[in-house]
Amino acid sequence: MKIFFSDLYFELKKNRGAMIGIIIIILSLFVAFLAPLIAPHNPTEVFPDALRLPPSFLEGGKAGFFFGTDDIGRDLLSRLIYGSRISLSVGFSVVVISLITGTFLGVIAGFYGGMVDRAIMRLTDLIMSLPSILFAIVIVAVLGPGISNAIVAVSVVAVPNFIRIIRAQVMVEKNRQYVQAAKLFGASNFRIMFVEILPNCMAPLIVQASLGFSDGILNVAALGFLGLGAQAPMSEWGTMLSDARSYIESSPWMVTLPGVCILLTVLSFNLLGDGLRDALDPRLKKQN
Amino acid sequence: MKTSIDQILKVDSLHKTYEIKKLFKPTLKLNALSDINFHLDKKETLGIVGESGCGKSTLAKVLTKLEARTQGEITLLGKKYDEILAEEFHSKIQMVFQDPYQSLNPRKKALDIIADPLVINTKIEANERRDLVMAMMKKVGLRDEFALRYPHHFSGGQRQRLGIARALMLHPEVLILDEPVSALDVSIQAQVLNLLLELQLEFNLAYLFISHDLSVIQHMSDRILVMYLGRVVEYGTRDQIFNNPLHPYTQILLESAPKTNRANENQAIVVKGELPSALNLPKGCAFEPRCPFATAACKESVPLLEIKQGREVACFEAR
Amino acid sequence: MSDNLLDIKDLNIFFKSDKNPEPIHAVRDLSFSLKQGEMLGVVGESGSGKSITNLALMGILGDSAVITAKECKFNGHDLLNLKEKELQKIRGGEIAMIFQDPMTALNPFLTVEFQIVETILAHLNISKSEAKNRAIELLAQVGITSPKERLKSYPFELSGGMAQRVMIAMAISTGPKLLIADEPTTALDVTIQKQILTLIKSLQEKNNMSVILVTHDLGVVSEFSERVQVMYAGELVETGLTKDLIKNPHHPYTYGLLSSRPGAVERAPKSPLASIAGIVPAFHQRPVGCQFNPRCEAVQADCKIGNIKIDNGVRCLHPMKGALK
Repeated sequence: MKIFFSDLYFELKKNRGAMIGIIIIILSLFVAFLAPLIAPHNPTEVFPDALRLPPSFLEGGKAGFFFGTDDIGRDLLSRLIYGSRISLSVGFSVVVISLITGTFLGVIAGFYGGMVDRAIMRLTDLIMSLPSILFAIVIVAVLGPGISNAIVAVSVVAVPNFIRIIRAQVMVEKNRQYVQAAKLFGASNFRIMFVEILPNCMAPLIVQASLGFSDGILNVAALGFLGLGAQAPMSEWGTMLSDARSYIESSPWMVTLPGVCILLTVLSFNLLGDGLRDALDPRLKKQN
Repeated sequence: MKTSIDQILKVDSLHKTYEIKKLFKPTLKLNALSDINFHLDKKETLGIVGESGCGKSTLAKVLTKLEARTQGEITLLGKKYDEILAEEFHSKIQMVFQDPYQSLNPRKKALDIIADPLVINTKIEANERRDLVMAMMKKVGLRDEFALRYPHHFSGGQRQRLGIARALMLHPEVLILDEPVSALDVSIQAQVLNLLLELQLEFNLAYLFISHDLSVIQHMSDRILVMYLGRVVEYGTRDQIFNNPLHPYTQILLESAPKTNRANENQAIVVKGELPSALNLPKGCAFEPRCPFATAACKESVPLLEIKQGREVACFEAR
Repeated sequence: MSDNLLDIKDLNIFFKSDKNPEPIHAVRDLSFSLKQGEMLGVVGESGSGKSITNLALMGILGDSAVITAKECKFNGHDLLNLKEKELQKIRGGEIAMIFQDPMTALNPFLTVEFQIVETILAHLNISKSEAKNRAIELLAQVGITSPKERLKSYPFELSGGMAQRVMIAMAISTGPKLLIADEPTTALDVTIQKQILTLIKSLQEKNNMSVILVTHDLGVVSEFSERVQVMYAGELVETGLTKDLIKNPHHPYTYGLLSSRPGAVERAPKSPLASIAGIVPAFHQRPVGCQFNPRCEAVQADCKIGNIKIDNGVRCLHPMKGALK
């Protein structure tokens, strides 16, 4: 495994996009962890005398509110900083939930085949037959709005990707001789699936996890924008975007800044994911 | 005369049929193994030789229960295959695979690969297990410091040694060797063959040695089973098969093998044609379309194994 | 002007890589020549450089390779200084090549007819229907029964032996002067191997074509080619007439290779085989001096220094004397 990661790092270092992605991710992780130290104000604190102030470096801005304030006088910079905590943990939860469920179902489908496989694959077809955001909306509508329900909904939508990738990989690996060798020693199916085969399916899993991170952040932000995700006064980027949209002409920074935050995080994870794919899948790399 | 106690493995009229189902087409039957009979004695090596499609790999899979048989009876140490408990079975019969690059899990260290059979089948503690692994690695000629390396650090020959060590961890009585050296470089083959010979004496192993390489089979085997398209065509001792082959296929196989020390310069015999499709076998002898000695009778019915000159041959023309 | 078809002097092939600043020296000071109509067997294990040399001759090694040579002449052309256009004409025209796995060398989506006709049209100035007739002729020549029907087949409908025959038909379609056969029968059964090798041999004699037969099997070489060269770790270690070299190998590696073959010398069944200890060194772990010295039983101090020159067909300071035992 150590060799695997040092090789991976060597390949990634050559990819400028992936390195930029990693730098942004590390920066945002720092910001998220140190939010109470960095943020100048409490994100929910209201300053009644500072409504919709522009950023301090623009005309009319006020020192102490670097990125300005929102419509009820909360410091935008602090809200964005705390927002990174929410977005990253949302991305993380989505990936963890969908990865574990997807991997489990994918391994079982790929390994057993037959009826089990058909049942699981029809389920994924069902989920994938609707646009993912629409399906997520349906789930949240049933469960009720809120950040945790949004996470569940987005995770459900992300599961089929994992199932498909793992299943395809398992179907290749299960015919290899080392699997037959394990059978010869009487290894149980569980052991063969999760101890022998699964570690050999890591490469596409890592790529998908990285891409799933950005999908998760984006989808939860979208649900927030629609009012189905995080609820006030939580400083979630998608919700902030939605709250600010009526001021898009008078106070454009209120819309722009959360949008840029979402863009940068999603972009950084996509860059990392693409870089990982290039590094881990030599077949794709050779073609370009 | 050998008693049946000496017969460690006995195979009686074994059949293996694959069904090939295609949409909108009738199900096809592929007879991968038809009526196979043989036995393996303690400490001996039975060579199984044949070209691709002859069923030798299927035979290995059926004998190791990786695939179920369609018909017939297999007896291991006096017990029928269906009656042996799984644990006992795995500790009595083991296999070494052809491709040392595919048969070792690339994400596991050598130590874990070799220890696996013990982890699964015994309750031996980690420390003791480690000692047993180290001892076995020494026996197959691998140094201690290799234990913590991953398969891709090993050369082909070393990987095959790993595979052999793993197969021996439970001290089996029968070892199936499926083309154990054909993926290796020529200068490495002899090393591995020598190791196998040493281990056979040390652990009193019975080998089922599957190979397409006649010179390897000749050197390693006591008795030999020649297969063609799922059937046994000749079955006898090494000397009978190599010095006086009776079946035309055996003769041609021996003749075709490239040699550095061919006695006669005459290389005139080149067998015509190729293997018929296993889905569409001739009605008579499967070798008849390629056989230089075929007669009308060969087209009509399949020749059965008969004892001729002390060995079993399936040919009407052999005397 | 020599009458050799191919003259190679001091051929060196290096590979650059991102990971190692030091280029890999894959083939070292290789010199050999080949007469018109002659078959040369090249024997070596993996990593010996036997295949790389051929790819270099064909000019298809890729950008990471650096090839240098004092002389690299084929039929009067200097292979290393040709323009890509001229090289293309020679490649597939005057030099043809067949590979170990015919199935991957044929395009699975195109019929046999399309692939053969395309090759013929690329090199000969004839009409399409003439090319088709020529294709039928060629298939018959390589021993394919009912060649007309076979033209319509796709590669997956052919057996391994049949596919290799089609490859040979394509290779000889342009009347090449040199055929490079890189392990042409390794993937095939022994009875089919014999058919294919016999076919190559007969084409060589009939068309007065030169053949380089690359193989790991000394048996194949000893039955089919007059001359042989043995390669080890990027160097030519021994060369000579096959029947002499097989009986009296002088290089310890050749000797070891021959005597470790089961059945090469009289030996009791199940008795230990002679074997060469150790493994072929990896590209970046090549020893100084004789490449074989870490595995050689007769190694002496002077084997471990300097560059050992080939002398009288053997690259060894202490060649072995006496017949194979």
